[in-house]
Amino acid sequence: MDFIANLPPHFFRIPIALTLVISLVFINALIMVYLERKIAGHMQFRLGPMEVGWHGLLQTAIDAVKLMSKQLIVPDKAHTRLFRIAPLLAFTPAVLPFAVMPFAPNLQAVDINIGVIFIIAMASLNVMAIFVAGWASNNKYALLGAMRSVSQNIAYEIPVLLSLLSAVFVVGSFSLGDIVGYQGKIWLFIVQPLAFLIYFVSSVAETNRAPFDLPEAESELTAGFHTEYSGMAFALFFLGEYTEMFVVSSIATAVFLGGWHGFPLPFFEYSSVVWFLLKTYFLMFLMIWFRWTFPRVRFDQLLNFSWKYLIPFSLVNLLITAVVVKL
Amino acid sequence: MKKYFGELFTGAKSLIEGMIITIKAFFSPVVTVQYPREKNIIPDAYRGHVVMVLNEKTGEHKCIACGTCERACPSNCFKILTEKKEGEKKKTLTAFYLDFTKCSLCGICVESCPVGAIEYSNEYNLAGFTKEEFHYDLLKCLKETSC
Repeated sequence: MDFIANLPPHFFRIPIALTLVISLVFINALIMVYLERKIAGHMQFRLGPMEVGWHGLLQTAIDAVKLMSKQLIVPDKAHTRLFRIAPLLAFTPAVLPFAVMPFAPNLQAVDINIGVIFIIAMASLNVMAIFVAGWASNNKYALLGAMRSVSQNIAYEIPVLLSLLSAVFVVGSFSLGDIVGYQGKIWLFIVQPLAFLIYFVSSVAETNRAPFDLPEAESELTAGFHTEYSGMAFALFFLGEYTEMFVVSSIATAVFLGGWHGFPLPFFEYSSVVWFLLKTYFLMFLMIWFRWTFPRVRFDQLLNFSWKYLIPFSLVNLLITAVVVKL
Repeated sequence: MKKYFGELFTGAKSLIEGMIITIKAFFSPVVTVQYPREKNIIPDAYRGHVVMVLNEKTGEHKCIACGTCERACPSNCFKILTEKKEGEKKKTLTAFYLDFTKCSLCGICVESCPVGAIEYSNEYNLAGFTKEEFHYDLLKCLKETSC
């Protein structure tokens, strides 16, 4: 027993946290796919899934079973090894940011002092996975989708970083725990509304969702970078996308919307977690709402919007923040 | 500079307008009809294949076996079999065949009938594997109240 007691605390903490996180990722994907289809249906005067389970509740579970039972087809002239690695590359970095996410005062796996940078670094790895997938598929649609994804992500990474940086300037720390702790008095959303807006718009683009879903524009590129993927490999990309949604929404919650702060709810001992998830899911609802409202932008519009509007605005915002903080 | 900010504001305004439209749609009632479980109401003027009218007083059909509809039909859909029983003045109907595969639902038969013995039905659930499934004996249909 001495041996176990002498182990560093992280030895237990990290595996438990990772297990919880991975289960959270899968449950989140199940819920989000269901919600997406239901909300899409009701926004178009339809019902959405209704057949499997009560009001179609088991539809996504059944879909997951179907995807798992499908054969993984590797195209003849594809780069087999890279083709197999790409879905894993897309999924793993999407899971890692949860390790530093402050869900509640005591519910955070590790509070590293560069939390924001860690999350951004992991989120941008996703682009590489998409590029590897597009390249290894040896398919023109896949390659075009991957190329679009890369240029889009380069264009939108900058406003994301700059807007998060203005929030970091105000708090004076990169640690997510500190950032959330700072917002006990006032949410950063009120101090930095423009940064929040810029961050949210560019993070929708980062997750490759409509109206910025050019890398997988089905009317032009069949399915973009995952054209050649089938079964569970495709499912991992899909899972990665929904997890990315969760990640960007929870960063927005933690940095701008006060994280787990909120008045204590009745009957809930752990109301801070509930608050965090409520805010996060509200942002994800916004994303779904965007998707079923806005038509896809053209490629030049996409890049123009980033370089002409988002980046100048976030630079000006950063400058003003820096001056005010210094004063 | 004016154009730069103008585009931003008109763009943002149009996006918000669009989002208001979708959220209104989100909270408005669904128009989907879950077909086998729910059905739309069939309007009275709907033209299904013709059926015989039931005379409520006698509980019998109204047909006098005159054969007007058979002659009026431009597509020769009808075949009417009659017989003359002994001791009776009029002919009686023994079978009233309708070949629905030929029918174009023009309605001349319904109009031409002197006693109003046939009318349109509301039957729209029609599907089958052979032509013969659409050869009806309307007299039998009337008695069994289904086709």
